[in-house]
Amino acid sequence: MAHIQLKKITKKFGSHTALAGLDLEIQDGEFFVLLGETGAGKTTTLRLIAGLEKPTEGKIFIDGADVGDWGAAERDVALVLQQYSLYPRYTVRENLEFPLKSKIRRVEPAEIKERVERVAKTLRIEHLLERKTDRLSGGEMQRVSIGRAIVRKPRVFLMDEPLSALDAKLREALRTELKNLQMNLGATFLFVTHDQIEAMSMGDKIGVLNHGHLVQTGTPNEIYNNPKNTFVARAVGSPPMNLVDGRLVSGRAVVSPQSFELPYDGLAPAASADGRPLTFGVRPEDIVLESGAPVSATVHDVENHGVEKIVTLRVGDTFLHATAPARADLAMEQTVKFGWNPKKVALFDKASGMSLRHMA
Amino acid sequence: MAAVRTSSEVALNRVAIVAVLLITLIFLAPIYWIASTAFKPRNLATTIPPTVLFQPEISPFVKLFTKRSQLRTPPTPEEYAAAPWWERLVFDGGEKVVRDGKGNVQPSGYPSRFMNSLIVAITSTILAVGMGTFTAYGFSRFRIKGEADLLFFILSTRMLPPVVVAIPMFLMYRAVGLNDTHWGLIILYTAFNLSFSVWLMKGFIDEIPKEYEEAALVDGYTRMQAFFKVVLPEAATGIAATAVFCFITAWNEYAFALIMTNRRAQTAPPFIPSQVGSGLPDWTVIAAGTVLFLLPVAIFTFLLRNHLLRGMSFGAIRK
Repeated sequence: MAHIQLKKITKKFGSHTALAGLDLEIQDGEFFVLLGETGAGKTTTLRLIAGLEKPTEGKIFIDGADVGDWGAAERDVALVLQQYSLYPRYTVRENLEFPLKSKIRRVEPAEIKERVERVAKTLRIEHLLERKTDRLSGGEMQRVSIGRAIVRKPRVFLMDEPLSALDAKLREALRTELKNLQMNLGATFLFVTHDQIEAMSMGDKIGVLNHGHLVQTGTPNEIYNNPKNTFVARAVGSPPMNLVDGRLVSGRAVVSPQSFELPYDGLAPAASADGRPLTFGVRPEDIVLESGAPVSATVHDVENHGVEKIVTLRVGDTFLHATAPARADLAMEQTVKFGWNPKKVALFDKASGMSLRHMA
Repeated sequence: MAAVRTSSEVALNRVAIVAVLLITLIFLAPIYWIASTAFKPRNLATTIPPTVLFQPEISPFVKLFTKRSQLRTPPTPEEYAAAPWWERLVFDGGEKVVRDGKGNVQPSGYPSRFMNSLIVAITSTILAVGMGTFTAYGFSRFRIKGEADLLFFILSTRMLPPVVVAIPMFLMYRAVGLNDTHWGLIILYTAFNLSFSVWLMKGFIDEIPKEYEEAALVDGYTRMQAFFKVVLPEAATGIAATAVFCFITAWNEYAFALIMTNRRAQTAPPFIPSQVGSGLPDWTVIAAGTVLFLLPVAIFTFLLRNHLLRGMSFGAIRK
């Protein structure tokens, strides 16, 4: 198991900069999730660590050793991809044996057999061992793929959206399985995804990437409750954080253009925020619908999610998401009263989008 | 899924079947003609209109494999009676089989020319496909400076009619002593086929996801091992298709074989039409030589037919 460190990594493909000055540290035994949209540089980061690409600038350390000149084989990492990760024409057993049969590892045939069978048992794919990989379902393929990574006992597991091609039910099941597996193995995982639910539910730590820059790293809690800027606020949470423009006037948030006014009692120092153009951020669960609340709004839309309802409120030109209990009786175009939890409101500088808490 | 067919679709389908049958018959007609000629008596080979029904003979094949000379006087009845059945067929044609001092039958030039054809075509196919596969892999997987220009340059070697360079090639070959050698033809045919092989193989290798090799690299294999263990089995279809095309080109080549070789390394194509019998060309012998000459390509294509069917639909081998 290993500790990974990326120092000032820049990667260019021709004139396109995929990563710019990336600093990243993954602790031993940590489940680290890199979250970002397509083209943010997640896969590039993974490929750099795997040794499939060389950084244009910067250094990569695995367990303190500079691996800049090491090939993919020497780095002893395992890679699980979204698709195409199994060798066609081979059976499941041959696929699992493949990494152990490499000349650089020299594993005894008896041990290969034992390890393959133990992994098959862990992942519950024993009955598939003699099957050709093109006769597997998507979920089975990804299980085998993960098995091929585990069987080697690598120093680091690199996973490139391994669940994205699966259907929703299976994705959920494998999510839990993968997380349990990581805890049982005590292994270091770098998991790349564009799905914030995966990131929130699996990660010990999340790194949010945007256009080749690492915007914020932190535990899921930190990222969720204390986003560094409006980009992270939008990227994490479903529905995302409500962001409304306005100003802070003597401890009250005035949402412009003069839609409504609510108290503010958040963590960012109000003094530094007085008067300047701001963006207020509030999570849907911190907006409260109560008959005695100060602001009135119209119900624009109601989404029933079973355990709760997501309500879209309309106040003038502003739309806000709020959560409501599953049994709340809400009709479209109904007028309701709402307020927010003044302690949970985050302040962002309107121009830069940076959180005032992080700037202070 | 069971397709529901309307009567017009059924009718259209029948028309298509008839059309395909007709086209197939047209394509097979020359092959029937050459094959039937190979079994005709000599006097029926050139009749107008062509003879369709006849008593098949084996004599053209006997003549094809033996060295013969014209008879000045007819054989004596004892000579005729002592001769084996196949020698009598030659006597019947007004010729006799040439024997050496010890009485051994002398073979014609055909078997050795056939052998030369096999050696040259097989070796040049292996070389062209092998080198083409490696080159195509390089172009497909690595960033190469001026890749498009280099690929165009490789293709441009096929833009000139080969015969244009025949005389300079002949002079160069004579200067370096490659005239009438197997290697001379092998090098020539490999060079012909290489551009074709590179382009075709690049198409096939581009279709193989590079994730397979990268997985092997991460799993602890070298680039070379990954190539042989993962890429090559996936490229088998493409290799088979390319090999058939290269083999046919090398096997059928006539002009350069005629110019560059005359005896030791001569291949079958320039030899077969030179098989003149007594007086006029013996078309039955030429036909017999041609029929045997068609067999290797037919067998090779037949063995690789499954690969070829997939290979023909270029780019349709997606997973």
